[in-house]
Amino acid sequence: MANIAKIDREDTSPIQRGIREALFAGVISFGLFFLFIGLKTDQNISNELILVQRWGLLAIVVALVMAGRFTMVAFVRPMIDRRNAEKAKLPPVAEEAGFFRKNFSKIAILVLFIYPVLMVLLFGFQGSLKWVDNFGIQILIYVMLAWGLNIVVGLAGLLDLGYVAFYAVGAYAYALLATHLGWSFWILLPVAGIMAAFWGVILGFPVLRLRGDYLAIVTLAFGEIIRLVLINWREVTNGAAGISGIPKISFFGLVSFNVSDPNYIAKVLGIAQSGAYYKIFLYYLILLLALLTAFVTIRLRRMPVGRAWEALREDEIACRSLGINTTTTKLTAFATGAMFGGFAGSFFAARQGFVSPESFVFLESAIILAIVVLGGMGSLVGIAVAAALMIGGTEILREMEFLKHVFGQDFTPELYRMLLFGMAMVIVMLWKPRGFVGSREPTAFLHKRKAVSSAFTKEGHG
Amino acid sequence: MQYFVQQMVNGLTLGSIYGLIAIGYTMVYGIIGMINFAHGDIFMLGAFAALIVFLILTAMFTSVPVVVALLLMMVVAMAMTSLYNWTIEKVAYRPLRGSFRLAPLITAIGMSIALSNFVQVTQGPRNKPIPPMVSTVYNVNGISVSLKQIIIVIVTVLLLALFWYLVNKTSLGRAQRACEQDRKMAALLGIDVDRTISITFIMGAALAAVAGTLFLMYYGVVAFSDGFVPGVKAFTAAVLGGIGSLPGAMLGGLMIGFIESMWSAYFSIDYKDVAAFSILAIVLIFLPSGILGRPEVEKV
Repeated sequence: MANIAKIDREDTSPIQRGIREALFAGVISFGLFFLFIGLKTDQNISNELILVQRWGLLAIVVALVMAGRFTMVAFVRPMIDRRNAEKAKLPPVAEEAGFFRKNFSKIAILVLFIYPVLMVLLFGFQGSLKWVDNFGIQILIYVMLAWGLNIVVGLAGLLDLGYVAFYAVGAYAYALLATHLGWSFWILLPVAGIMAAFWGVILGFPVLRLRGDYLAIVTLAFGEIIRLVLINWREVTNGAAGISGIPKISFFGLVSFNVSDPNYIAKVLGIAQSGAYYKIFLYYLILLLALLTAFVTIRLRRMPVGRAWEALREDEIACRSLGINTTTTKLTAFATGAMFGGFAGSFFAARQGFVSPESFVFLESAIILAIVVLGGMGSLVGIAVAAALMIGGTEILREMEFLKHVFGQDFTPELYRMLLFGMAMVIVMLWKPRGFVGSREPTAFLHKRKAVSSAFTKEGHG
Repeated sequence: MQYFVQQMVNGLTLGSIYGLIAIGYTMVYGIIGMINFAHGDIFMLGAFAALIVFLILTAMFTSVPVVVALLLMMVVAMAMTSLYNWTIEKVAYRPLRGSFRLAPLITAIGMSIALSNFVQVTQGPRNKPIPPMVSTVYNVNGISVSLKQIIIVIVTVLLLALFWYLVNKTSLGRAQRACEQDRKMAALLGIDVDRTISITFIMGAALAAVAGTLFLMYYGVVAFSDGFVPGVKAFTAAVLGGIGSLPGAMLGGLMIGFIESMWSAYFSIDYKDVAAFSILAIVLIFLPSGILGRPEVEKV
């Protein structure tokens, strides 16, 4: 409620203003929550809906909102104003980036490579499972997806709300071909990528003429169409029940992770059986795949096609008048982005061992797009940080068992996961509308490469 | 023939509900150029508010006339969703006005996730069924028309008439149309742009609340996740009709309603949404700015 009070009289102290605004916020939140928190619809024994009254909870929530608003207006905002005023007085100093900031990406990659080793040392093989799988692999899948979508949205400026469709194509390509034909992951990985890229082109063709929000809705519709076909084409996809028993990935056929195989890793290396080896192997695999995405993105940006994408994002008409073929430029962007989505999808299918249309709902597309925008479009480091914070943050909520001791036994933190996720999206966007990394490395430059504020780069209307 | 007319009736009912939601999308888009993704969840909130009012009424009185109950449900739902949309606009969208285009879209998606999960947390994840409110069915030449459908169509027509009057004949509507054309110029001419935008959000929310109430009355059940699918379809309808155009939104809504009921009647009910989305894609290939939308002028 940032702008509610327009009357900013000089003579009122922050405390007075705080009280006034807190009362106002209290009235509003009472109105908002009166029906939804004060009353709860519940089923009684004969399955009829009845209302349960919860006025105490309503009072607590309203009081919390008022207290929050009061601290915000009376203490936090004057403090920020004061700090800004002090900053404005000082002469601007060119900030010298420290060693850590300068080498952030190198340090981050190093940390990512030693992360599973650290976890194994700290928690043992069995204890590390959770940390490597739920946090490491989960976050890295989203990092890879977001980096793939970044090619379409961040570089080419084409707003795609149905990216999860390509993820689904990759996952189903692997799931179907591996279960029916028994092909190995290493053959199917490129196959899944090519198929996803092919679908990217199929989506790309009809939307070539569309711009902005029309493009957004058609991509959204495309994502939904793919999901609905997956649900309803039962003969092939097994419908909503999904495909299970998808084979595991082997280490290039040399070492297998199936306990029954003769070349099972524990037998080959002569160590104790554990599920953790497979997870650690998967971790390194997705890390390498994600780094491949980043590497390709960085290299493509320096190639004519990458520069054409960025030119397209900045100004389509100028692009066309300079002789760039916008058709192929858009199609390559869709195809390349989709290909990485397909890679991630086939990895996802192999990791889960099970795919169903449930995993490819619009919410996933929205989360991936949110990560790209929250990270700062076009900035690979920012996107990775955003993925780690948003996905890791919601995963951590699952671990908060101690909250049960505070709020009682029937308190389930998971329930609040998506609520907090949605609110975090709003708050981060309000706090940093340009994303975590608000500056860009220009692709083309005169004499010296200098980061520019992302306010100067366009988001594209293609 | 009878079967066909029957499907027309069903399509008209469905289309009216989509149209009412679509107007909210298209108005907000017209005035600030933003896809209000949370609008579908505003619709769901409206349905829930109506449900709670219905439960309060049945708990307090033994019998309430249906007209009174429906009116009360609608009015309370409209007030609730208006308050929600007004607050959301102030908190989440206004600070980002003038920021780059994707920022408000992301906050809107975040709001949509937050709202539906807020209802899940506070009201529980189950479906909420209510006993049928209106069950009269008329039979005209072998075509069955239920009173529910008649109510839906009449309420929609009345609201559209009121709405048309507001937008075309009052100073408020003039201010809205002025803001739509050129916000800066409108501000220079003394229009309170912020207030106009707030009122636009309130109007959109009120129409969505009516749609929510009608939805609850028609299907007799609502769940926290019910905002997404009608929301996406209404948005599809708005784009199909040409986003920013009010008659277009209603036309698009009716078209989506007809496509859905015809497809499920003659082809397969499983693929009705696929049909609706495919037709959207096909229409947009040939008419890139929708049926009644103004073609975008490319400025160099």
